Amino acid sequence: MELLLDSLFNGVAIGSVLLVAALGLAIVFGLMGVINLAHGELMMLGAYTTYVTQLIFKLPILKPFYNSYIIVSIFLAFIVSGVVGILLEKTIIRKLYGSPLETLLATWGVSLILQQFVRSVPLAYGTGLVISLIIGLFLPTTFPSKIKESINFKYFKFSSWIFAALTGVLTGSLISSSVSKLSRASARNVDVTAPSWMRGQVEIIGTAFPKTRLMIIVITLISVIAITLFLNQSAWGMRIRAVTQNRQMSDCLGISTEKVDIITFGIGSGLAGVAGVAVSLLGSVGPNVGGNYIVGCFMVVVLGGVGNLLGTVLASFGIGIMTDLIGAGRLLSIWPDMPLPLSNTINFFATTSMARVMIFALIVIFLQFKPTGLFPQKGRMVEN
Amino acid sequence: MRISRRILAGLATASLAVTATSCGGGGTSGSFDDTVTVGILHSLSGTMAISESTLVDTEKMAIEEINAAGGVKVGGKSYKIEYIVEDGASDWPTFAEKSKKLIDQDGVPVVFGGWTSASRKAMLPVYESKDAFLYYPIQYEAQECSNNIFYTGATPNQQSEPATDFMYKRSPAAGGDFFLVGSDYVFPRTSNTITKAQVKQLGGKVVGEDYLPLGNTEVAPIISKIKKALPEGGIIINTLNGDQNVAFFKQIQDAGITPSSGYYVMNYSIAEEEISTIGPEFLEGHYGAWNYMMSIDTPASKKFAASFKKRWGADRVVADPQESAYNMVYLWKQAVEDAGTFDDNAVREALVGQKFDAPQGPVEVMPNHHLSQTVRIGEINAEGGFTILEETGVVLPQAWNQKHPSSKGFACDWTDPSKGEKYKL
Repeated sequence: MELLLDSLFNGVAIGSVLLVAALGLAIVFGLMGVINLAHGELMMLGAYTTYVTQLIFKLPILKPFYNSYIIVSIFLAFIVSGVVGILLEKTIIRKLYGSPLETLLATWGVSLILQQFVRSVPLAYGTGLVISLIIGLFLPTTFPSKIKESINFKYFKFSSWIFAALTGVLTGSLISSSVSKLSRASARNVDVTAPSWMRGQVEIIGTAFPKTRLMIIVITLISVIAITLFLNQSAWGMRIRAVTQNRQMSDCLGISTEKVDIITFGIGSGLAGVAGVAVSLLGSVGPNVGGNYIVGCFMVVVLGGVGNLLGTVLASFGIGIMTDLIGAGRLLSIWPDMPLPLSNTINFFATTSMARVMIFALIVIFLQFKPTGLFPQKGRMVEN
Repeated sequence: MRISRRILAGLATASLAVTATSCGGGGTSGSFDDTVTVGILHSLSGTMAISESTLVDTEKMAIEEINAAGGVKVGGKSYKIEYIVEDGASDWPTFAEKSKKLIDQDGVPVVFGGWTSASRKAMLPVYESKDAFLYYPIQYEAQECSNNIFYTGATPNQQSEPATDFMYKRSPAAGGDFFLVGSDYVFPRTSNTITKAQVKQLGGKVVGEDYLPLGNTEVAPIISKIKKALPEGGIIINTLNGDQNVAFFKQIQDAGITPSSGYYVMNYSIAEEEISTIGPEFLEGHYGAWNYMMSIDTPASKKFAASFKKRWGADRVVADPQESAYNMVYLWKQAVEDAGTFDDNAVREALVGQKFDAPQGPVEVMPNHHLSQTVRIGEINAEGGFTILEETGVVLPQAWNQKHPSSKGFACDWTDPSKGEKYKL
């Protein structure tokens, strides 16, 4: 019983990391069909947001609230990655809809640029830049409609960008002068330390579980529930589903597909940011952190069936449980006196490297039989 | 379509622009008769840049020190050392390509370079075919002895063997079982083969072994294996690389694998630089083994640390690989002065037997092109340094490991033409 519980927990823990990382991609790639190779780098931005938030919460004014920085950083990471995603959509991806190869190359280029950006720009000014992006993109939308419709709106827009740039530079230099660690550019990996209440273990039914893992499972659960509710219950969610099912028809019926694209991409990117917070709790934060997860993300989405959240959920937990089952040699402890050739085979695959090989092989075999994944999308759209 | 092409072209230019190479000379001014240009070849971009750039800094500092003291004196003339820095870009074929460039185009008499074994293996054929000379400063798995490479880092018998001995006999977990964890590439696998043979000789038991593919940070299966294999605590030998260590230590601490519950980790790739990245709070109470540790309390060691901080910033630290890099520049200078020429063959002959009062203590170049060194075992403390627990005498290097089944009974000696790269003892 304890063994089963331990194995199940490990599987769920590994799976939830995969799931939270793949969730944003499931929306961007799954629903919109955009192959976003910069997804990993949006995760990286989320992880760096966590790091910056942590340092800012160490300042004397915010010190009393230090323990809650991780919760704050989840929301901040969502906003930061979401805004960068929106900018990416507005400037590059929008012009490439329907040409997957170009999108692939362009987003790969963006991923390289983002990696180099965090290497060579001090994080304080990076934060300033993101803040000015947020203000510049959202300030014009808050103007009263009278101004928005006026012919001089472009001047208002322009001045709001100037305001945004100034605020960005100001906050950048403010952060840079108060947090010395953020004032210099560095390619060095940095470290996010979980607040004290999240370190160590908790005991549930006689088995000890690491708290950070539980936290990641909770983050994943909340993200999945929130996104499911949003897609199925809200008006915008319905519009998103309508556009993904039939773009022209939705357009004819008066849904602004342009706005839907922005929102979908923004949410998908924002979720990548949340995933960044989760993975920053497990390892270090560096320019390459996203690259470690991107292959796994695509694997999960393809295995689950493109365009289906339930498939993504099942695929990631499936891969998680299989990784633990094979990698830790669980079958041997469940059935200790199996025949020798069999136990030797299991022992051979019971290393992390070989377990990975095995899982990839199993996925490839599975896709031979079901090329569209666990839950293929049905309907007319798929055929054409 | 037209727009997309234009954007792509823009992106391509942008990404090209960020991979700029850096070249430069340097040093202090003074009156010199002539100059000599040496090559420095480390990764300044890519995953290894973080580690390797510290070596470039140290080598520049050593060169500046030598220049300030009057340069290299050869045949009554004083030469100012200048350098060309090339970027290996964490890409092994690039190391070979840049080596060719430094030797053929720039005509440098010596190249200081490399970090990973993969980069060294890529460069080796270049130096052997051109009969040029590479100085390589990293502790490594040995099992190699080239006439054209000079190794200033530790061989396994100068690092892992004394460390295993310490863990089994004198650590708080003495007599316990071993679990070996490493990244999946040549150094951890070779090092662990040696450790397994040694543990067997000592009468201990290795109860498990696992390797994490490079770039993978999911250590949950390894943790459950450690807990299963060592339920009551024991010795963990860690040869993980780079940021995989961060994931490993963060997660084992959360899983209760800590010194206070009887698990002691001996690390072969964690020096002062890495401690400050991982965070001392995760590493306190675990161990490390090196030739040089910043906490060595001798004037030479303190001077080395102080001049590095003065040159590159007060928050910088020095660690074992940097000390090896520092030593090799000085040893080259001494050998050139003794040989009275920059010619490869004469310098190579003069090099064997060179002694240098290094920050770690006296070192000497042995006939197998490796250094005799002192080995230290340290416990990681809360301040992010090592508390030195043990110090061996001078340990002679074994290019061919005497515990590894494939090289037992072999040695290397380049001073005797009848012996060479690998001869039977």
